[in-house]
Amino acid sequence: MKVQIKSRQKRTKSIQKSWIYYARIVIWWAKSNTKRMNILVCISHVPDTTAKINFTADGSALDANGVQFVINPYDEFGLTKALHIKEAQGGTITVLNVGGPETEPTLRKALAIGADSAVRINATPTDAITVAQNIKNHIQANSYDLILCGQESIDYNGGQVPAMLAAMLNLPFVNACVGLDLNGNEATAKAEIDGGHATLKANLPMVIGGKKGLVEEKDLRIPNMRGIMTARTKPLSVEEGSNGGLTKAANFAKPAAKGSTTMVDAGNVEELVRLLHEEAKAI
Amino acid sequence: MILAFVESWNDSFKKASFEAVSYAKTWADMSGTTVRAITSASTADINTLATYGADEIHTLELSQTAFGVASQLQSLIEGATGIVIAGTSFGKSLAPAVAALCGGALSTNTTSAPKSLQPFTVERGAFSSKGIETIELHGRLPIISFVPNSIGLSEKSAAGTVSNVQANGNDLLKVAEVSIAKGKISLPEAEVVVSAGRGLKGPENWGMIEELAEVLGAATACSKPVSDIGWRPHSEHVGQTGIQVNPNLYIAIGISGAIQHLAGVSASKTIVAINTDPEAPFFKAADYGIVGDAFEVVPKLVDSLRAFKASN
Repeated sequence: MKVQIKSRQKRTKSIQKSWIYYARIVIWWAKSNTKRMNILVCISHVPDTTAKINFTADGSALDANGVQFVINPYDEFGLTKALHIKEAQGGTITVLNVGGPETEPTLRKALAIGADSAVRINATPTDAITVAQNIKNHIQANSYDLILCGQESIDYNGGQVPAMLAAMLNLPFVNACVGLDLNGNEATAKAEIDGGHATLKANLPMVIGGKKGLVEEKDLRIPNMRGIMTARTKPLSVEEGSNGGLTKAANFAKPAAKGSTTMVDAGNVEELVRLLHEEAKAI
Repeated sequence: MILAFVESWNDSFKKASFEAVSYAKTWADMSGTTVRAITSASTADINTLATYGADEIHTLELSQTAFGVASQLQSLIEGATGIVIAGTSFGKSLAPAVAALCGGALSTNTTSAPKSLQPFTVERGAFSSKGIETIELHGRLPIISFVPNSIGLSEKSAAGTVSNVQANGNDLLKVAEVSIAKGKISLPEAEVVVSAGRGLKGPENWGMIEELAEVLGAATACSKPVSDIGWRPHSEHVGQTGIQVNPNLYIAIGISGAIQHLAGVSASKTIVAINTDPEAPFFKAADYGIVGDAFEVVPKLVDSLRAFKASN
């Protein structure tokens, strides 16, 4: 009888020990799969989506008079994704813009939202290749695990920088990225493609061209007072960049004004069908 | 020689494929040179490319990823004086990678044929269709990525000599899965788009929108609020920060027409707005308007279009 009890106690102890052992393995495994991430978020400084767009009288550039500038909406999804990753597994977030001093308030806003430091590459290149070249130089002088860009900026709508950057650095690139899961060094990304989705797998570091879906609209953050206060003391460094480019904007113009609208009575949809067929030749 | 990269989907061509060849042909005629189309070896009806002006057709085993194809094209550009790539979702990843690898000047979002060759000049959409940029591409290799459906097709027969070529692609990522919604027309390349907004009151009311789309052979789309609430998937969100479309016909139902939405649709050739509010800004941007309740107007429109289709 005595012997039996002893052996049972022994067994219980050994089970407890093995539990602790297993728990340790699980914790070690979990840690090994969450790595501290050094993230670069590329930010464009663009006119607000509600801005009325006008061009200078000679058509050479945007008339920035009275235009409010914001973080490019596509980049905001990348910035928020970076915050999510940092919160889940630790790390640092650097925001970067290639532009003149006038873009610094936009970088400060990104700092207020939660980025740790900002870099402005002081240059005003005329094409995406040169913008990408400047960012590439910064990346090569530093070391990032993940480079998050928006799929395009809403000003010049080029959609070129992220893919160029990836090609120059020989890194994997996912465009129109609407989902990103990280597991250690492995990334699984979901991309929007014509008519559907693709799931792509790559090893970090990689470049993302993000859009809504990377995080949801409701996840986007507005800087709070504390964020705005701390943003003032966060580092914003300026690095000298290079100018130039192979393309040149010769002229900007507004699209031709729309002609008048033909109103059709709600009770007479046949008339709309007739107009679409005979007049607009759209059906 | 102008090089046209011709994409295929499930081993067949779409309109954007022929548009790429047409664009290259226009350009080649202006500069007195020839067109070489590069496409996947497994595509059926490769000879149709000759109809749109391909003098030579080079086929190869294409890489799966845009960067992979860009690295293949890099080894095939000898003799090229220009490259044309359709601005499809694949093309949007491909064109900048080609420009970076080959050192060419790139215009994306291009909406016109070349305006001049010296300097090489085209028009492109900027500021989310609120502006048109005339852009000069300098250097020895201009690269054009055009907005599908903005150029159109022109049939100009050429020899279309087919030959198989080899090029190694360097894929940096793995395509694990591709899912394409079957039987659905993809939004960016749709010629007709039926789009609805909060005026529909709830996701359960989209049946009539899908019916209207079916009659017209259209893709369905929605406004930003609708995708934000989750009534419809993000992939249907049309507007400045969603998909930008330029179909022949865009029908907006129960969408007020905020400036951000109009930015994504104003390139459409014909716009119809249906809204209960006569003051809705969409009526100013539309070619045709109906002030009325979508729940009454849309079913009538479906019937009327069915009758029209039956008699035409």
